[in-house]
Amino acid sequence: MTPEPMQVVKQRRDAALKALEARIPYLRFIGVTMERRGDELTALLNYKDTLIGNPMLPALHGGVISGFLECAALIELAWGPLWQRIESGAVTVEELRDPATRLAMPRTIDFTTDFLRAGLPRDAYARARVNRSGRRYASVHVEAWQDNRARLFAQATGHFLMPQDG
Amino acid sequence: MTPQIPQALRAFTEALPQARALGLQLEEAGAGRVVLSMPWAEELVGDPETGVIHGGAVSTLMDTCCAGAVVCHPDMAEAVTATLDLRIDYMRPAAPGKRILARAECYHVTRTVAFVRAQAWTEGDADRPVAMATAAFTALGRREAAP
Repeated sequence: MTPEPMQVVKQRRDAALKALEARIPYLRFIGVTMERRGDELTALLNYKDTLIGNPMLPALHGGVISGFLECAALIELAWGPLWQRIESGAVTVEELRDPATRLAMPRTIDFTTDFLRAGLPRDAYARARVNRSGRRYASVHVEAWQDNRARLFAQATGHFLMPQDG
Repeated sequence: MTPQIPQALRAFTEALPQARALGLQLEEAGAGRVVLSMPWAEELVGDPETGVIHGGAVSTLMDTCCAGAVVCHPDMAEAVTATLDLRIDYMRPAAPGKRILARAECYHVTRTVAFVRAQAWTEGDADRPVAMATAAFTALGRREAAP
């Protein structure tokens, strides 16, 4: 069997990530989309006026910032095992799009957000790093920025319970 | 509890676009204490398998409730506040289809910082909290600054 062209694999990978995104309604509620470069994921918070918490400044709501970082952590954790299941043929992208197909997400145990500066009324980006991932528990750190990657406006650490089947 | 507090707070929650988007409602308010509710909605689901609300929506409920408790603390009148940090522990999944309530208490205020704790539960099940939060807020411009 000849190996699949790289472009086909890449398209499937991007389609799988989009399908995962689409299965979680809250991502759409606050406007989170995922971007991928190889195995590196970046979560993008697409700015809209309803994300504002403090209309006087104005600034993003702290709960939205925390929720955005939690989304980045959860997708980072769910993506690796999901992509493996797709490449092994356990599930297809078409099946993943179907709400009837099982999608076991990690569950948040605790999540601590550190608000370093006010979130400005514009797009924000977040990258999650899995510091430890065992069979049952995972520890994840997330960093978020807006205009300048070196000037974080929030960071977070959380612990997650990994799904036990699939 | 002064009658102005709930009114000021109602304006506070209603003026926040994200609080409005979530449908947060003021249920009770007192000195340094606030109870808010958040209706269940399909668009807030985080786990498609179970229909459980995403932690992010719970974060916004908790953060708003904690900030409300800070604002209604008697020592915080006229002070400006912002969240420094917020930790949420998730004890059990919130029951799908039910309102979530959160109660926050601003239990200590220094010259510069307000400390808050909160818990959330699904309506009708107040004895089994779904989440607990601890938060620290900035307290700038306080009228009577204790050392």
